[in-house]
Amino acid sequence: MNQVGRDIPRLEVRAKVTGRADYTHHLRLPGMLYGKVFRSTVPHGRIRGIDTQAARELPGVHRVVTGEDIKQLIPEPYYGPAFHDQPILALDKVRHVGEPVAVVLASDPHVADQAVQLIVADYEELPAVYDEIAAMQPDILVHNVLRPAGTFADLKHLKGRGGTNVALDYHLRRGDADKALANADHVIEHTFKTQQCLHLALEPFVSIAEPGDNRLTLYTANQSPSFVRIEIARLLGWPENRVRVKVPYLGGGFGGKLYIKLEALVAALAMLVRRPVKIALTMEEQFYMITKHATTFRIKSGVAKDGRIVARSCEVHWNGGAYADIGPRVAQKSGFTAAGPYDIDNVSVDSYEIYTNRTPAGALRGFGIPQLVWAYESHTDLIARQLGIDPVEFRRKNLLRNGRPHASGTVLQDAAIPEVFDSLVTRMGWDKPFDHGSGTLRRGRGIAIGLKAVIAPTTSVAIVNISADGSTTAYTGTVDMGQGSDTAYALIVGEVLGVDAEEIRVVHSDTDVTPYDMGTLGSRSLYHMGNAMRLAAEDARAKLRALAVEAGLPEGTNYPPSEVFKKRYGMQAGNVIGTASFVPSYKSPDGETGQSDNVTPFWMVGGAGAEVEVDTETGQVRVLRLVNAADCGTPINPGVARAQLSGASIMQLGFTLSEAMHLDGGQVTNASLADYKIPGIGDIPPIDNELVAAEQHSGPFGAKGLGESGTFGVSPAIANAIHDAVGVRIMELPITAEAVLRALRVQAGRPLDDE
Amino acid sequence: MTARTINFTLNGQAVSTAIEPHHNLVELLQRFDLFGARESCGQGLCGCCTVLVDGTAVSGCLYFAVWVDGKSVSTVEHLDADGTLSHVQQAFIDCGAFQCGFCTPGFVLMTHQLLKQRPDPSDDEIRDYLAGNLCRCAAYPEIIQAVKRAARRS
Repeated sequence: MNQVGRDIPRLEVRAKVTGRADYTHHLRLPGMLYGKVFRSTVPHGRIRGIDTQAARELPGVHRVVTGEDIKQLIPEPYYGPAFHDQPILALDKVRHVGEPVAVVLASDPHVADQAVQLIVADYEELPAVYDEIAAMQPDILVHNVLRPAGTFADLKHLKGRGGTNVALDYHLRRGDADKALANADHVIEHTFKTQQCLHLALEPFVSIAEPGDNRLTLYTANQSPSFVRIEIARLLGWPENRVRVKVPYLGGGFGGKLYIKLEALVAALAMLVRRPVKIALTMEEQFYMITKHATTFRIKSGVAKDGRIVARSCEVHWNGGAYADIGPRVAQKSGFTAAGPYDIDNVSVDSYEIYTNRTPAGALRGFGIPQLVWAYESHTDLIARQLGIDPVEFRRKNLLRNGRPHASGTVLQDAAIPEVFDSLVTRMGWDKPFDHGSGTLRRGRGIAIGLKAVIAPTTSVAIVNISADGSTTAYTGTVDMGQGSDTAYALIVGEVLGVDAEEIRVVHSDTDVTPYDMGTLGSRSLYHMGNAMRLAAEDARAKLRALAVEAGLPEGTNYPPSEVFKKRYGMQAGNVIGTASFVPSYKSPDGETGQSDNVTPFWMVGGAGAEVEVDTETGQVRVLRLVNAADCGTPINPGVARAQLSGASIMQLGFTLSEAMHLDGGQVTNASLADYKIPGIGDIPPIDNELVAAEQHSGPFGAKGLGESGTFGVSPAIANAIHDAVGVRIMELPITAEAVLRALRVQAGRPLDDE
Repeated sequence: MTARTINFTLNGQAVSTAIEPHHNLVELLQRFDLFGARESCGQGLCGCCTVLVDGTAVSGCLYFAVWVDGKSVSTVEHLDADGTLSHVQQAFIDCGAFQCGFCTPGFVLMTHQLLKQRPDPSDDEIRDYLAGNLCRCAAYPEIIQAVKRAARRS
């Protein structure tokens, strides 16, 4: 191989360091209006009236639009990838604080902003529910009936169901967990919780819609342009080809900029006023758009005397917020791996996606997996401690290995679980003596490993175009939000065609030009689009050979492409266009048992080891060292891949130690970077990253996705290390100094006064 | 509100424009089609909007546009005015010190200012100096390497 495996900078580096890279943020169009959103101040209420008169009368205001205006254009203005439950602007009811209720349009965004302050809404307030466990009771209903989208056949049975906040319940049964638990030597049960937090990309959400002659163009910071096109076309009752979606580079996505965010709103507004409309959110508004699920996970394991886990039952409650977004898919597609990377004969999983009156929750770098690993790896550590077995030895005894069936019924393949685990153990120096500190500074170490199955089945389509001078252009719907996808595809196409990646032009995400792709999400792109790219390049190569034969050149001779074109067309003219679709095989899990012998095209493995120091007087935790390992198959661009692993682990460090949305009456009280602490350059411990030697045989040149794997193990590794240091167990994220101090005081028999 | 005409030097060129008193420096630069300074947090906490005014880094989102009247403003777009990347920009590329690139201009400008003040900064000095710049992709380890590489080259 002469391209794949090269360590090269991203193709767009120069544009990025000079500030000239193209982001939606920068775009202005002639005649464009700016929209500012008037948002609900109550968590749950019936809209009695919206007084927009003063706003409309403010000089410079072009128009004020409410949900009723949208209805004139789109009679059923509800959208969503799994459920059609989210109105473009609130209709009849509001279901969370911050829900968009009206929009002011003006040529000057400051005028629009000012006018928003003049709108007054009158609500009949309804009781609200915020907690996922409380919302299991149907006392307070967020939605009267469930409205599953037609997209997924397996959700159809939920249509019209009422009297519940459970958007989706998913179940897996393997063996007989109840019986095995009843007969087990040890039965150990815990409940873990995670907090609501968010993506907080530094480029906040931004979308522009431009109406044309029977057409609509969207310029948007979005990770799933093909979905946006299909969904906007559905809302407008148009064919797909009248909607164009263009996505330049993204200033971070992390799963937040998926499906429909501002796109339906700007589309409707632009259609109503027949002018381009731009909405760019502030940092504060991001807290009311999309978040990561808070969860409650009750996990129970049966363990035999010899340390083998014989049964595990998992009950996961996902706090989905007011609208389903992709939450039902998180509950199901992640739910089935809730028992962890362990070889357990008897498993039951019950996973519930629940509506509450919070900001909606979707996918955030791991599609629910980090919440699950937090629980099962904290739990696994506690079992080992209770049984008096070293946590490493205990895990090793139970790890799932290739060739053995996973709880879903699918036999594990190309999942380097032992390799990732060994890499952590070795680099942590687990067998060496460890200094646990003394006095008020105590040290500990912990380890954790997680498993994820990529979402299935999904499709990617690619085009590879060789021009008459032999130069090559690749067309992809993958959105490059920093992961380096453009560069990876250039390496893959270059490998097939024998061209340097730097010579290849990659055109990304313009639905008039780039073919369908399911979305840039869940670490799926490198595998799915990478395979499509490889096949498209092979198709182009075959067609070029056919063209050479057509041109009368002797077969088997390696003519430069430019000569083939010249010979065939008599001048520098023509193209060779290679295309390919890639959709892996898949078998839907059984509706009742969740069993399938082909549940995913590939598995991702990621783990972390942490060394921490705990100040027993303050509860302050300092991470002294973080060790990451992952299986990404054979990396296409190793340097970029390692940086992804590192970046994901640091992001998870924030979700572990500091990040949490604080609610008061449904209102987020820390909706700014001043009060919501994300990791900065001073918060980073020494980090050691390793991509273990592995191969994904079905992947492009042995590769598979990596974007999320670095998040899996971080939180439980740190909790396990804290336990090792000071003997207290933190059951809920984030692990703040206050939480640790409270636990230390309880342990010492001197709980803080308010406990 | 009444617009006021201001005169200032922008990336080495004398310019003049009418600006309203509530406009910030990022909005002013957008008028000149300069998008390297980006408003993100709007509170001067993330560093995405970093601009040099009379050689000193300011947060463009908190800096009123009228304040640059009579001053000299320099943005990330000026660093390669002669067609060559600055040694800091090159070091950021060599070390892979960014992913999405949205925060990068701010880090690059702050690194220039750091190296002007401390040509050979320690890790702690780098962390201290760049504490006001956030990178959600978390390329921090690579950024520290890039600053050191740039220091060796300058």
